[in-house]
Amino acid sequence: MKRVPVVEMIGINKWFPGVKANKNINFRVYPGEIHALLGENGAGKSTLMSILAGLYRPDSGTVKVKGQPLRLRSPRLALQAGIGMIHQHFRLVNNMTVAENVMLGARGAFRIRSDKIEQKVRDLSEQFGLAVDPHARVSHLSLGEQQRVEILKMLYRGCDTLILDEPTTVLTPQEVKDLFKTLRLMADQGKAVVLITHKLSEVMEIADYVTVLRRGEVVGSDHIHNLDEQTLTHMMVAREVIYAEFNHSNQFGPPVLTVSDLSVSNDQGREAVRKANLELHAGEILAIAGVAGNGQRELVEALAGLRPVSAGSIRLQGKEISHLPIRERSEMGLTFIPEDRMGMGLVPNISVVENAMLRVYRYPENRRGLLLDYRTLEAYTYSLVDRYQIAVADIYHPVNYLSGGNLQKLLLGRELDLDPTVLVAAYPVRGLDVAATQAVYDLLLEQRQKGTAIMLVLEDLDDVFRIADRVAVMYNGEIKAVLNVSETDIDSIGALMLGVQ
Amino acid sequence: MKRLRLVRRNNESWLVKVAVPILSILLAILVGWIFLVLSGYDAAETYRRMIQGAFGSPYAISETIVKAIPLALTGLAVSVAFRMKLWNIGAEGQLYMGAFAAAGVVMFLGDWPSWLLLSVMLAAGFAAGAIWGLIPGALRAFWNVNETITTLLLNYVAIFWVSYLVFGPWKDPNAMGFPLAPRFPQAAYLPVIPGSRVHIGILVAVAVAVLLYIVMKYTRWGYEVRVTGESPEAARYAGMNVVRNILLVMLVSGGIAGMTGMIEVSGITHRLQQDISASYGYTGIIIAWLARLNPFTVLLVAFLFGALLVGGFGVQTYGIPYAIVLMLQGAVLFFLLAGDIMLKYRLTITRED
Repeated sequence: MKRVPVVEMIGINKWFPGVKANKNINFRVYPGEIHALLGENGAGKSTLMSILAGLYRPDSGTVKVKGQPLRLRSPRLALQAGIGMIHQHFRLVNNMTVAENVMLGARGAFRIRSDKIEQKVRDLSEQFGLAVDPHARVSHLSLGEQQRVEILKMLYRGCDTLILDEPTTVLTPQEVKDLFKTLRLMADQGKAVVLITHKLSEVMEIADYVTVLRRGEVVGSDHIHNLDEQTLTHMMVAREVIYAEFNHSNQFGPPVLTVSDLSVSNDQGREAVRKANLELHAGEILAIAGVAGNGQRELVEALAGLRPVSAGSIRLQGKEISHLPIRERSEMGLTFIPEDRMGMGLVPNISVVENAMLRVYRYPENRRGLLLDYRTLEAYTYSLVDRYQIAVADIYHPVNYLSGGNLQKLLLGRELDLDPTVLVAAYPVRGLDVAATQAVYDLLLEQRQKGTAIMLVLEDLDDVFRIADRVAVMYNGEIKAVLNVSETDIDSIGALMLGVQ
Repeated sequence: MKRLRLVRRNNESWLVKVAVPILSILLAILVGWIFLVLSGYDAAETYRRMIQGAFGSPYAISETIVKAIPLALTGLAVSVAFRMKLWNIGAEGQLYMGAFAAAGVVMFLGDWPSWLLLSVMLAAGFAAGAIWGLIPGALRAFWNVNETITTLLLNYVAIFWVSYLVFGPWKDPNAMGFPLAPRFPQAAYLPVIPGSRVHIGILVAVAVAVLLYIVMKYTRWGYEVRVTGESPEAARYAGMNVVRNILLVMLVSGGIAGMTGMIEVSGITHRLQQDISASYGYTGIIIAWLARLNPFTVLLVAFLFGALLVGGFGVQTYGIPYAIVLMLQGAVLFFLLAGDIMLKYRLTITRED
């Protein structure tokens, strides 16, 4: 018997202003298969799957579900056809219970039979190994548990094709294992799973079949047995990725930033950083590792001056700065690269020049009388563009036209140009492709060479080993350990991240 | 199957920027035309009189300018606040407070030489409007109170305050019972172009537009306002003083609206009375929006709105009910605003199989 694909996309094209996100893509998924959709950032993976989930409409091309051509004009229609997508940002109502979230928007009788719904949620949980209490409020759940609710939602609606967009970024290693178990169970029971990812290790671990996208085109599609990591990497980036051998140093200059017994509250007023102690030395790169939400963000925001300190001290070259405003800290040589690149680090809708001058517009040399001297500022911008190799068409165009990598180079270049004593960066390579990541790391290493003390919040442990000299592991608001990277390994850090003693 | 869709434009060409508003106005005229014919009026004659009324003679044009002056000034006033995404919809109230302050100056210093008196009146008008803008500004800056609501509510306070004055303590005993404050002495009149009602306020409007353009584009403060408007987080990150800037912006915005009030009492009504403003403060919001907050475009759009108002009067004398005049004006507005969407998006036809 010939197998019928549960979903088939033929000749899909999708344009966004200025970019062709999908070029004549053919994509097929069979029941019982875990299909990895692999590619760098901006390769068109999410676009393609959003078309399948009814969020976008293709400019041309056909989508067939179980052999029938269908026009998926909305997520609801896609769901009716059995296709559900779980996005990176969950779409749950925080102050409702798990059961309420699961039934939300599902079609059913007029009267809501909560007992029946809860029973069905329980059955599905058991069937697919998705441990979650139907009575719990979503706001009390961890991100891993919330993801399970999202999966339950889709299963409750009877999805037989489930798309997950980068599902592992928010999970602990243990939660990743649980998720993969669930996905395997689903596949074994005849459901099709599409996994959008750019992590090779995950693909090798879980996928049955792989489709690789590059710049909006399918570059290959095959059984996992016929592929290995080398081939896949090559397909993804079409150039050999060479990680320069990095020398983790244990020899640094004197400490320049000293954090003692620092406590910081989060937005909800709960203590997010508890009595943290850290020393950051000149000429070192210190990584802050931890599962997202364990206080890293609050720590660096407190250092930068964006978040008040509730107790303890921060000393920059011996001077207490914990109550100084952000501007004075930056004038003293402490610079911060925020996680939110566009919106905090850079200003949307204004030009490249006006973004480049965000730090220096107050300087007297950039003024002529009462007015800003745009000629000097323009020259300054060109010098940044030049030195940090930022690809811009016109420095008077809005900054929005720049790609993610160029935005980060602009932001980093602007801050590094101040020649800071201390650089604190939150997730400096998040969302960047391989080449842009390398460019950012090169800049940071160069700055380390100049003696700047650098602190990076990183989410990927591979990156810790790639760039950091020392690593501080945060768990539940505490700094569990500070280790020399050359003297530790991924497993030890992973255990600390999970609070294993 | 073919489908129509809106797609965001990458850039707006000059041709589109000019063609779309013109097309919008033509469409509005067409709709009005159909309506007039169905109501049994001579559409061609109605429009002829409308245009005649707004532009047909030197007098008509001067009257259009007279209306355009306060519209331009209130449009400029709110556009300053809008730049920082502060929704000041209180220009109407700020205008009334400016008028009140200017009239107060006349009551007490009426015998001063004209140039000095007018200068003090203008300063007082600015100050009163600025205070009226600073109240919601401070509430927003220090306690994060929504300025949309406070500015709106303060409008009523200001309008009724002026009503109270002209019905009560400041009522002119010689006004035969009408709710009017005493007429200003000649010294408190703004100079006019002889033979018309066009007063020196036109220069104030142009000067304010030029000044705002330069300040917003070329000064550190203007830069900070734009950065804060686009992203308050970025402003905080760059160490800008957001509280101070909110206060300053509301001060300037309210101050310009307050000056408008002074200009209206000193240039047009020559006394404090109830209906100083024909909703200029509110129409200014639409003008600022249509002009995309560009000061020079505000001047242009204000002139158009002035023409719409004055042209409407012209049609009334032809015997067309005021309600229809309002409808014709509404149609122009509606199509202009709808056309604004066509500036940002373009309509495309896509084929789906």
